Amino acid sequence: MSTEQNNEQMPDWSQYRGVLVFVEQRSGTAKKVSWQLLGAGKKLADKLEVPLMAFVIGDQVDHLADEAIYYGADRVFLCQGPELQDYRTRPYSRITLKLIEEHKPEICLFGATGTGRDLAGAIATHLPTGLTADTTELDVEPHPSRLLLASRPAFSEKMMATILCKQYRPQMATARAGVFQALPRDPERKGEIVLIANPTEGEQIATEVVNFIEQTGTVNLEEAEIIVSGGRGLGGIEPFRLLKELADELGGQVGASRACVDAGWIAHEHQVGQTGYTVRPKLYFAIGISGAVQHTVGMAGSDVIIAINKDENAPIFQFAHYGIVGDLFQIVPAITAEVKKRKAAKEDPTMAFKV
Amino acid sequence: MLHIVVCIKQVPDSREIRIDPVTNTLIRQGVPSIVNFYDLHGLEEALRIKDELGACVTVVTMGPPPAEKSLKECISLGADRAVLVTDRKFAGADTLATSYVLAKTLEKVAEEFGAIDMVFCGKQTLDGDTGQVGPGIACRLDLEQLTYVGKVIHVDPEKRRVRVERKLEDGIEVVETSFPVLITALKELNKVRRAPMPGMIRAARFKPTVWTTNDFPDIEISKIGLKGSPTIVSKTWVPEVRKVNGEKIAGVAPEQIAEQLMEKLWGSELAQKLGWA
Ligand SMILES: Cc1cc2nc3c(=O)[nH]c(=O)nc-3n(C[C@H](O)[C@H](O)[C@@H](O)COP(=O)(O)OP(=O)(O)OC[C@H]3O[C@@H](n4cnc5c(N)ncnc54)[C@H](O)[C@@H]3O)c2cc1C
Ligand SMILES: Cc1cc2nc3c(=O)[nH]c(=O)nc-3n(C[C@H](O)[C@H](O)[C@H](O)COP(=O)(O)OP(=O)(O)OC[C@H]3O[C@@H](n4cnc5c(N)ncnc54)[C@H](O)[C@@H]3O)c2cc1C
Repeated sequence: MSTEQNNEQMPDWSQYRGVLVFVEQRSGTAKKVSWQLLGAGKKLADKLEVPLMAFVIGDQVDHLADEAIYYGADRVFLCQGPELQDYRTRPYSRITLKLIEEHKPEICLFGATGTGRDLAGAIATHLPTGLTADTTELDVEPHPSRLLLASRPAFSEKMMATILCKQYRPQMATARAGVFQALPRDPERKGEIVLIANPTEGEQIATEVVNFIEQTGTVNLEEAEIIVSGGRGLGGIEPFRLLKELADELGGQVGASRACVDAGWIAHEHQVGQTGYTVRPKLYFAIGISGAVQHTVGMAGSDVIIAINKDENAPIFQFAHYGIVGDLFQIVPAITAEVKKRKAAKEDPTMAFKV
Repeated sequence: MLHIVVCIKQVPDSREIRIDPVTNTLIRQGVPSIVNFYDLHGLEEALRIKDELGACVTVVTMGPPPAEKSLKECISLGADRAVLVTDRKFAGADTLATSYVLAKTLEKVAEEFGAIDMVFCGKQTLDGDTGQVGPGIACRLDLEQLTYVGKVIHVDPEKRRVRVERKLEDGIEVVETSFPVLITALKELNKVRRAPMPGMIRAARFKPTVWTTNDFPDIEISKIGLKGSPTIVSKTWVPEVRKVNGEKIAGVAPEQIAEQLMEKLWGSELAQKLGWA
């Protein structure tokens, strides 16, 4: 099999150039992952010396085309119409296909969200081409191979695999939210906006979005930049308030170990770990959590980890950048107070000298 | 009567897979094979519709011969019919090749057992974990596609419409569409029943319909198995669970600890990334 493949001629893909990113939005607000993907896409595009492109589909979303440019796109395709207000597989995939067929990007990236996966799965089958799911690392080999090196966790995060798509173009991938870094927004940045006619105008579409019930204030650990997690050491529901205070002060969200979820102190959607969410925030607090492997697989990829535990031998300290040995009931309020103090000092710099 | 097809995959229970600390490879030995649990929620929903409105439920899987065991489990729960699509030539399939064979299978199921109104798939599997096979099948068979369904609100067999709740990261979308439709199931969809005794007895004697490439005269060999798979796994590795063994802050009063900690954080790269500095 492998020798056969080696003898196979690589098809001529010279018509396929550029990196294309899907800008996902709801009611005119873009998902953060879209800008993160532009950040990831920019690196690939620079390495390949090609433009970074984005596409926006929706109703009254002109402003998002501008935003895409501010976040790094050189060219944005924009398709609008009242029929396109809500995401629906058929119309969205028709537009995306047409775009890909006409503009021939070599790489297409989508967020690994409900919508992104739904759309990418349909497109890849139509084209057809390979689609790597849920990637957490993206790189590219330079010219002439120009291969996308798309890496993703597998087997409940226990293994990583790099996946290639040699014989088809474009090379497609969905990418996880919160993993890649967006470029700083630059409102001075210039780019080109290309309008695409809405092909579904006045068309009968079988699927109808009846309602959308936004769940604001609910947890979304996968997108959180800061997570303050608590474990059995909290001892009950009430102490979670201390964590909530710290999380609110930092603009973060509250997570938990399974022990707390099992005890009924907090809902499962807060659970981090093998049977909960895998998170990669910029800052993770593990408070009163021992550091069982089922927990650490879900959070060890965080940029900075702070552990607070009264047992200096708790395994969680092996994963922590900063380990605090002590009683969480004393330490957590002290940290919250310190954060408040620093925030106040930032707003009023003279404060820094007063305290 | 409604005809509902449920696609199931037999998978190693990846929650049980361990890493060999010496060789850094996956230990698959002794890992039980199970029906991908999202697929069981798809089956349960099909069975509920059957209980309520009357329906014929066909379960299909593409996999090696031992996957028969998983089909029997579905029969014991109440499925009417089961099809195993198996052939060495199917091996090594990625999602594109898998959805091709499953689409061919559903066409044949429709031909032999009657037109299909609804298809259930799982949200994703425990092993490949891509969630791409459902959309792939829907696309190939031109079915309406409703992914990430957490609740089936209403099935109207006369109007041939279904209304569901899709659970997305930012909320719940209530959406309606027409048959034929493909739905991918979340675990919130329902609670999976236990197999009743008569079901278990039926399953014990049950033999699934088995199809190989010979049963698909017009199948394109270039589109199946490893050859028909555009994605190639080029490298795998076990990510090191990063042990940083960072610095300890201990001993002094809580206020001092908090101050020390924040001093370090404020001076770090993190503060810039978070826009604190
Ligand atoms: C480490 C690793 C990484 C991989 N990464 C990719 C990748 O990025 N892209 C890619 O295209 N392939 C990938 N594959 C291959 C792919 O996972 C499977 O081999 C493919 O056959 C099914 O995809 P899935 O398990 O992800 O199914 P999913 O798309 O997650 O399955 C969704 C649903 O489809 C149905 N279904 C899936 N398979 C079957 C079946 N055989 N029979 C009946 N119903 C089924 C079930 O209802 C299931 O719940 C990878 C494989 C491995 C081992
Ligand atoms: C199949 C399987 C899947 C699992 N999935 C998950 C998962 O997804 N996520 C998960 O988290 N777990 C999971 N677990 C459970 C996991 O094995 C551990 O049991 C769990 O993580 C322990 O939670 P904990 O650290 O909060 O509790 P414990 O292990 O009891 O640790 C409590 C810690 O709090 C400290 N402490 C107590 N009082 C104080 C105080 N006043 N101040 C400071 N520190 C204090 C103690 O020193 C101790 O280290 C799973 C287990 C299995 C078998």
